[in-house]
Amino acid sequence: MNPLPAEEYLHKCTTACAGCTSSLSLRYVLKAAGPDTVLVVPACCTAVIQGVYPDTAMNVNVYNIAFAAAAATASGMAAAFRRAGKQTNVICYAGDGGTVDIGIQALSGALERGTDFLYICYDNEAYGNTGMQRSGSTPAGAITTTTPGGKTDAKKDLDRIVAAHDLPYMATACAAYPQDLYNKVKKALSIPGPKFIHLLSPCPPGWRYAAERSVEMGKLAVKTGLWVLYEREFGELRINPVSKAAMKRPAPLEDYLGPQGRFRGISDAAQAALVAGMEKNHRRLLAEEAGEC
Amino acid sequence: MLTIATGNKAVAAAAREARPGVVAAYPITPQTEIVEQLATYVTEGSLDAEYIPVESEHSAMAACIGASVAGARTFTATSSHGLLYMHEMLFWAAGARTPVVMANVNRALGPGWNTWAEHTDALAQRDTGWLQVFVGSVQEAYDATLMAFRISEDERVLLPVMVNLDGFTLSHITQSLETVEVGDFIPPYSLPHAIDVSRPRGYGTLTPPEAYYRFRWDIERSMRASREVIRETEQEFARRFGRVYGPTEDYRCDDADVLVVALGTLGKEAEVAVDLLRDEGVKAGSMRLRWLRPFPALDLAGRDVVVIDRDYSFGFGGVIAHSIRSTTRTEPFSVIAGLGGQEVTYDDIARFVRQREAGAESWFGVSD
Repeated sequence: MNPLPAEEYLHKCTTACAGCTSSLSLRYVLKAAGPDTVLVVPACCTAVIQGVYPDTAMNVNVYNIAFAAAAATASGMAAAFRRAGKQTNVICYAGDGGTVDIGIQALSGALERGTDFLYICYDNEAYGNTGMQRSGSTPAGAITTTTPGGKTDAKKDLDRIVAAHDLPYMATACAAYPQDLYNKVKKALSIPGPKFIHLLSPCPPGWRYAAERSVEMGKLAVKTGLWVLYEREFGELRINPVSKAAMKRPAPLEDYLGPQGRFRGISDAAQAALVAGMEKNHRRLLAEEAGEC
Repeated sequence: MLTIATGNKAVAAAAREARPGVVAAYPITPQTEIVEQLATYVTEGSLDAEYIPVESEHSAMAACIGASVAGARTFTATSSHGLLYMHEMLFWAAGARTPVVMANVNRALGPGWNTWAEHTDALAQRDTGWLQVFVGSVQEAYDATLMAFRISEDERVLLPVMVNLDGFTLSHITQSLETVEVGDFIPPYSLPHAIDVSRPRGYGTLTPPEAYYRFRWDIERSMRASREVIRETEQEFARRFGRVYGPTEDYRCDDADVLVVALGTLGKEAEVAVDLLRDEGVKAGSMRLRWLRPFPALDLAGRDVVVIDRDYSFGFGGVIAHSIRSTTRTEPFSVIAGLGGQEVTYDDIARFVRQREAGAESWFGVSD
């Protein structure tokens, strides 16, 4: 186990909401990445919580860029740095809207071109920065300001889209498991080429639960099996033991859905769709890990 | 070295001579030859650059911005719909003060699909904070591209520069070309706000009104300062390489009673019309507008002016005619001609001059 470094690159003066797991995640990401790092941030919560000019809460360079442009900007940066002989980490830190929706074209292009960068999608399953509108990553049944009756479509399977690019390293993680997140970022940054990490980011105001329960929500997402922790290194899938255990003996889904206002009054059909999607995902991952696909 | 080249090949040759570190580009007719040529240069090793074959023009400009701030000289090229797709990132490049140089091969906008020359694509970007120059010959396409790097990267400017050349009528025609060895005409790339990991900074952070307007004013201040930088650069270019450029290219203007103002190849065509009119005893001149941004101060006092716009602002008028009207004390005769590659000959231009009517607007082939 790598001990987490004491150095902080995300200071305490952010304007993040109480219980924000995307900033908690970023704290661990930056501990793993260290000072020789540039964060590329499109429009997302991180664009507004990093501080107001001329101040910044970040102790690394942060390059803010237009909503759809993070991965392409990283392509240019990585090309210029590598050309100059610099090994500077180029990390995109983008929300789910900027990744699964408006930014997916640039992400796909950068992955396909073999850009030497790490793309991290912190996924709070809606457009959080603008007040929780539905995104392609919102799960079925969730209430957002643009799905007041609950979302009728399923969550877009970003990871399978990314995996189709056959990149050297991709992983899922969650700030509720900080050591795992830290280790995955460390490993990703040790590998040349395109890397991708998908973070589940429980969001108290968006998901409508009490702010002090963020870590608990992250753990429940994993223990119910809805969020599976894994990594895929050069095509080799390794599911985290905690997720393997959850697949065998999942915590009751109600423990996760119950405290979240966004799932209040969720229909039986939507809940069944969530479970069916989850089980399909488990079957696929287990089969892949067993070498059956 | 004296050679022959198309407008596109001339732009690519000039871009290579400027030694960009990163080229990020996406093909589009009629610009494609530029990016093909640059990719070939990189593959054959005559250009030591990273060529990023992006998946869109939006990403082309984003990649150029990222590379520029990470310490590389950058170049890209586009046209028409590609330029419009970049629109958001054009503002970003100017606001981020990244000296990206781009060739734009002027082309009409759909629908319907039309790949021929028109200037509306570039004129629709006039408020983005880019410097814009329009060229009229293969040689000028080469020279303006070289000068663009020096102007853009000057610390008094640090704004991106767009070099505009007409689709097909310049991009695909072959003329003689004198290439140069640029030497130290373009100094090494040095961006004062390049990313330095030993100095963590927030770029483009949330910016409140009292700071934001200062950044906007700073763009305008640099735009104004760019007039002098352009003048110096064009003078230095003339001293080193012998070819003279200015805010306009004036042909037989000194004693002219009537001036034709146009952009690009129509401005060159106007020179032939001027000769024709002079033979008839009409004291005409051609003032081909080269720089659109910064817009030059033109002295047109006491003369009739015929403006040919290969563009249109619907519900308003020809963009150049209105620019001339608002910056000079003249009431030009506004001719809208050449849209979507409409054929406009020197005979037509001579006729515009003969039939001029101050303050009126005429759509060539429609209302005349």
